[in-house]
Amino acid sequence: MCMRNALAAVALTLFANSLSAQGFGKHIAESDVAAWDISILPDGTGLPPGSGTPDEGSKVFATKCAVCHGENGKGGIAAAVVGGEPLTSGIETTKTIANFWPYATTIFDFTRRAMPWPRPRTLTNDEVYALTAFILAQNKIIGASDVMNAQTLPKVRMPNRDGFIPRFPERIP
Amino acid sequence: MTGYTLSETASAQQLTDAPWSTKPGIPIPEYATPSSYEKHVVRTLSNPKGEPRTQHARTPHHLVNGTFTPNGLHFVISHSGAPDIDPAQHRLVIHGLVKQPLEFTLDTLSRYPMQSRMTFVECGGNSAPLFSNQPVQANVQTLHGLASCAEWTGVMLSTLLEEAGIDPKAKWLIAEGADSLALSRSVPIGKALDDAMVALYQNGERLMPGNGYPMRLLLPGWEGNMNVKWLRRIKLTDQPGMSYYEARTYAPILPNGKAYQFYFLQEVKSFITHPSPGLKMNGAGFYEVSGVAYSASGRIAKVMVSADGGKTWAEAALQEPVLPKAFTRFRLPWKWDGGPAVLQSRAWDEAGNVQPTRAEVIARRGQTKTPVTNPVAFPSQHYNGPTSWAVDRSGEVKHVYA
Repeated sequence: MCMRNALAAVALTLFANSLSAQGFGKHIAESDVAAWDISILPDGTGLPPGSGTPDEGSKVFATKCAVCHGENGKGGIAAAVVGGEPLTSGIETTKTIANFWPYATTIFDFTRRAMPWPRPRTLTNDEVYALTAFILAQNKIIGASDVMNAQTLPKVRMPNRDGFIPRFPERIP
Repeated sequence: MTGYTLSETASAQQLTDAPWSTKPGIPIPEYATPSSYEKHVVRTLSNPKGEPRTQHARTPHHLVNGTFTPNGLHFVISHSGAPDIDPAQHRLVIHGLVKQPLEFTLDTLSRYPMQSRMTFVECGGNSAPLFSNQPVQANVQTLHGLASCAEWTGVMLSTLLEEAGIDPKAKWLIAEGADSLALSRSVPIGKALDDAMVALYQNGERLMPGNGYPMRLLLPGWEGNMNVKWLRRIKLTDQPGMSYYEARTYAPILPNGKAYQFYFLQEVKSFITHPSPGLKMNGAGFYEVSGVAYSASGRIAKVMVSADGGKTWAEAALQEPVLPKAFTRFRLPWKWDGGPAVLQSRAWDEAGNVQPTRAEVIARRGQTKTPVTNPVAFPSQHYNGPTSWAVDRSGEVKHVYA
């Protein structure tokens, strides 16, 4: 073995192959992630226990949401959650829950994770179900007395459900 | 001092020592900031008081040069401000469709092999004013300031996912931030295993707070909003989350009322930064035309520049090194004859994509029915057509369509 090969062999023992440098992640139980695991999928995966009606949601909305989103969700300093122009009105049409959002589960997911703006993640699951029911009923997407829960919410069919085209279909797994 | 306007005092006269040359200078600070004469080189803010809506800070492309964006000038969009994260308390969790959920701290991530890569990040809404049916009178910072380029250093996401063990059923991951909105976006596993990084450093120093301190997801070339900042959770799933920002915000409406979903790529684009509105040209003669070009599909292969609104073209020089998914500075000497001119650039990438003409973009994507009056509004997203600058006889530069 010439000197160069001998040195290379020493180097290999001193310097690990970078691919083998693994194992610094700390094991954590899925149950310990529960408080952070707020993702709701379109098929309803992740929806928590609880339920709410449009009437219940109306009361929560008046006390916790209307200050920004306007009375009955007609809009204020924050976006309206009711109504919307047809999307054929132009590329700059304001996107609303009624004219655009493809999945009702997104209402639950975003309301729970991000609202109310100054105090996110302070609503109870029942409140989020009730607000989701109120918004859907105000937009006449569900009936005025329909109950929203983990079983009913994923079954709500949004008006613009089929309004989307993947820009790069070959990249959708 | 714009680089284009020659100072009146530059005429020949007998040289004397300036005051700063006649005494020792000021002490050198621990952390340097630019000269007091550079105070105008700043980002423009859409919401400086942090009212309860999105904040945008735009890069002043016309006041910098080269390829990389200084950290203090890197663009930021934050939908609820920048959280003040204690790095010792921050956690990143990888869970969902994995064999073993894992938790990482900044310290444990720092034990892994790292990589550095130069890459641009661009908001899906950058250049949106060019969807206006009339050219919005604004400068390059306002029109294109939501794109920047930096060297990012961190741990490849594939390393962390492989340690957690990817369940074969996993097709997507949902990345989530530690900001108040817990902003989340869905990313195909293929991109995560290709070149995604958990970035810890930006141009050599820790990430800026507005850019995701202490860690962010970096998806080279992909829509800025997907590069989730303040990254705290990655959940592997069998379907996309259809989060607010992917199901609603970054899904542009098409003329027929349908909308694009999962736009992902920031397609090949270029724009001229010098000259541009605000950089007045002072008399006929030699000028260097320069700008930046970039593409999600690899390296920039070619940039052509026109001075007559697209009738004739000349090939610009590309500043080496030309790196994939990074800003590439192009430069072209130009002898201005002092008459009206319209400057425009078009870029090609190594995958064969060509920057479309504005007419081609508008034919496919539409434009507004009335002129956009708010230059920082977003009538649509993902405009990658050219930008035209008209130079008049006085040397003023204006945004036009050509």
